[in-house]
Amino acid sequence: MSTKTHVQTKINGETVDFLCEPRQSLLEVLRDVLQMTGSKEGCNDGNCGACTVNMDGRIVDSCLVLGVEAAGSEINTIEGVATSDGLHPIQQAFLENAALQCGICTPGFIVASKALLEAEPNPSEERIRLWLAGNLCRCTGYDKIVRAVMDAAQKMA
Amino acid sequence: MTTAYEPNVVLSTKEYDVVGTRPIRHDGVDKVTGAAKYGADFYASNMLFAKVLRSPHAHARIKSIDTTDAESLEGVRAVVTSKDFGNLPWTYERDQVMASHKVLYKGHPIAGVAAINSHIADHAISLIKVEYECLASVATVHEAMKENAPILLDDLRTEDDLGNNSESNTNVAKHIQYSTGDIEKGFNQADLIVEREFNTATVHQGYIEPSNFTVNWNQDGRLHIWLSSQGPFEIRGDAAKVLGIPVSNVKVTPMEIGGGFGAKFSVFSSPIAALLSKKTGHPVKVVNTRTEEFESSTPTPGSYLKVKIGITKSGQITSGQAYLAYEAGAYPGSPVGGGANCLFAPYDIPNQLIDGYDVVVNKPKTGAYRAPGSPNAAFAIESIVDELAEKLGMDPLNLRLMNASKSGTRRSDGVKFPRIGCIEVIEAMKSHPHYSTPLKGPNQGRGIAIGYWMNGAGESSITLTVHPDGHINLVEGSADIGGSRASISMMAAEVLGIPAESVHPSVVDTDSVGYTSGTGGSSVTHKAGIVVYQAASDVKLQLLDRAASIWGTDSNSLEMNNGVISSTSNHNLKISFEDLAAQLNDTGGPIVGRAALTTRGPGGAFAGHIIDVEVDPETGKVAILRCTAFQDCGKAIHPSYVEGQMQGGTVQGIGWALNEEYFMNEDGSMANGTFLDYRMPLALDLPMIDTVIVEVANPDHPFGVRGVGEVSIAPPLPAVANAVYGATGIRMNRLPMTPASIANITK
Repeated sequence: MSTKTHVQTKINGETVDFLCEPRQSLLEVLRDVLQMTGSKEGCNDGNCGACTVNMDGRIVDSCLVLGVEAAGSEINTIEGVATSDGLHPIQQAFLENAALQCGICTPGFIVASKALLEAEPNPSEERIRLWLAGNLCRCTGYDKIVRAVMDAAQKMA
Repeated sequence: MTTAYEPNVVLSTKEYDVVGTRPIRHDGVDKVTGAAKYGADFYASNMLFAKVLRSPHAHARIKSIDTTDAESLEGVRAVVTSKDFGNLPWTYERDQVMASHKVLYKGHPIAGVAAINSHIADHAISLIKVEYECLASVATVHEAMKENAPILLDDLRTEDDLGNNSESNTNVAKHIQYSTGDIEKGFNQADLIVEREFNTATVHQGYIEPSNFTVNWNQDGRLHIWLSSQGPFEIRGDAAKVLGIPVSNVKVTPMEIGGGFGAKFSVFSSPIAALLSKKTGHPVKVVNTRTEEFESSTPTPGSYLKVKIGITKSGQITSGQAYLAYEAGAYPGSPVGGGANCLFAPYDIPNQLIDGYDVVVNKPKTGAYRAPGSPNAAFAIESIVDELAEKLGMDPLNLRLMNASKSGTRRSDGVKFPRIGCIEVIEAMKSHPHYSTPLKGPNQGRGIAIGYWMNGAGESSITLTVHPDGHINLVEGSADIGGSRASISMMAAEVLGIPAESVHPSVVDTDSVGYTSGTGGSSVTHKAGIVVYQAASDVKLQLLDRAASIWGTDSNSLEMNNGVISSTSNHNLKISFEDLAAQLNDTGGPIVGRAALTTRGPGGAFAGHIIDVEVDPETGKVAILRCTAFQDCGKAIHPSYVEGQMQGGTVQGIGWALNEEYFMNEDGSMANGTFLDYRMPLALDLPMIDTVIVEVANPDHPFGVRGVGEVSIAPPLPAVANAVYGATGIRMNRLPMTPASIANITK
């Protein structure tokens, strides 16, 4: 059996230590090892975006990152988006615009949208659609998601 | 961004305080913070992880299975094959869960392994040695229906409507026939007859969450299943049947569900996990990969249709004849019946003959997908009606309006339509600015189409408990796949005159609520609406009785309006629901309202779409420029989630029309079982999807609700095809309309 590696990383601002096998993805570590199940597995090959996390300021599909690669990184997941002050404006906008149905893709969309609005506070509809092209949603047809991101951008301005 | 059509709710006849508003959904916060627990998020203590060995061949005899090496791998706890079903008789259902003597499609389960982690389980299945004798396979209805075609199921005979079986072996499981009037007379009365053939590819529901089950076969014989399913009670019954145990020994706990669209009604691998749990004494979790989901869950059928319509010069349809053959997958049960019911439903056609065939092929067993059977049928009929309108020089909406079904029109299967909104949907399309806005450039086209779905009803059971602060706990059994907690709570709040936020809904396990049929057939808001209306009325009556006993008066003289109980004869007698709720325990005890019922009369739904496209003449790629969806939903309880259903269905229809298909290799295997190669629409592929909610109240529902979830998937297939015709002059009769398939004709 594979031996495990000790990894120290920062997740949502906290220093976290974990053991993982070299073959385990960051998504698997988050879910199976750390029991942080907010990041979802939809395809495990980087095509659906349900496992999107922010790694050192860049959004990545955590199923395509190995757990050991997280050493020394700063990871931000859906669990870190709301604070003790309440929901993030993007989360609030998703609720108010009914931008989710089953909700399985929602964590990925919120993490991805947050990165977009942090980089570009006032994106066009086209820009939002391009940015979110790596996140699949099968329930909404994307209309209300795009409107929610535009709404959040306005409220955050 | 197009400007949303305001207001987008038309023909409403009744307004309410809570119904028709847009509160934040009750389960919303959990779903935007990552706190919501879906099936795969469930971890039991001492849990093992399972993987399933699946057939690499589309059709083969299993000569031997050797699991020795897998069993001896370190970390493996158990291996099961169909032998572990013991002496239970062979059935299609059991064979579908795990093949015994033959595999019928690539992906057919053969064995299951439980190990301490999924990597070891994965390794172990690669160590199982299976000897196959490969057989010729059939991938389409055309191949399967040929004389001397390879036969999938030795015992299969064609059953007709009267229950008679054919004598010889066949791949055709069923032949249904609907006949009315005199088909030949109808064609003789016609001035114009058009007959066309259509083919559609197998497509997948494409929900983002793979199927998952965690199963514990307890030492006391009780089986507990945690899952993401549309039908916890259906799974309870089917799992008990497959495993040969009493239904009361099975408890199903529905976790949150990440999409289903009709597919998540099957037991899939849960009986395999159950056998592994029994063998190991541990809970066992099995989660499909995306490729397993494509290759061995329940996609929706590819189909072949031949449809012939006769019409007079003035535009009256006189006769309609159709031949439908739908893929069932490896076992009988395609939605050809749905297709036959929906095909001519929008039109009042006096003379009809429909023959439908349910055909087994070497593909996974098909399952429901949003208005199952209807989109294939809509593609055929609406392409032809469009062609007829053009040939007669008539406006395509006017032609549809002239022939539209209405209350009293007989559906092809003989059912008389109740109050329906077919005409109202077409009228709404005609008067919408989209229809009259000119197209802006070359290579653009506009297509319109309409479609029908029956909608469903069924069992629902709901309990309401009154809290001392005037809030309500609502306990129900409908898996919430897209906001039904909110709509059900809103209907309870409406009856009791309290805000939607004062109702707290919970979807509970099958031991904790009465039988509730699954979240499918657009049934939930209909059936749960009727039941919650009764349960809330029960609470109301008990509150009036309680106030009457406190005041020493007759409850007949009391009424409850806007959350206040008062006397009609003595204006001093008045108490708020909240104040009365605080006194319940001291004045006779808690109040619990309940109702349980098999509902009927879902009303039927019509939808229509106007879609503008631009076709790149070089590449054949179709861009959707503008899309407006219209649907009669009876009454929109939460309009935002009604719009969401319409938009989601529309986009699935667009994907079906343009991109999605199972590419089959020569050997009968699927070539594109990933989200990279099975191309579903992205945010970047689409414009905003405008919606118009038409409210033709369903007289059989306390709030006028019709089902809303399904019908919007059907019209986009022909609407896009008709738009492509407008842009290119080519009538596409095969789905999907890939860039290559269009470019091959335009060039």
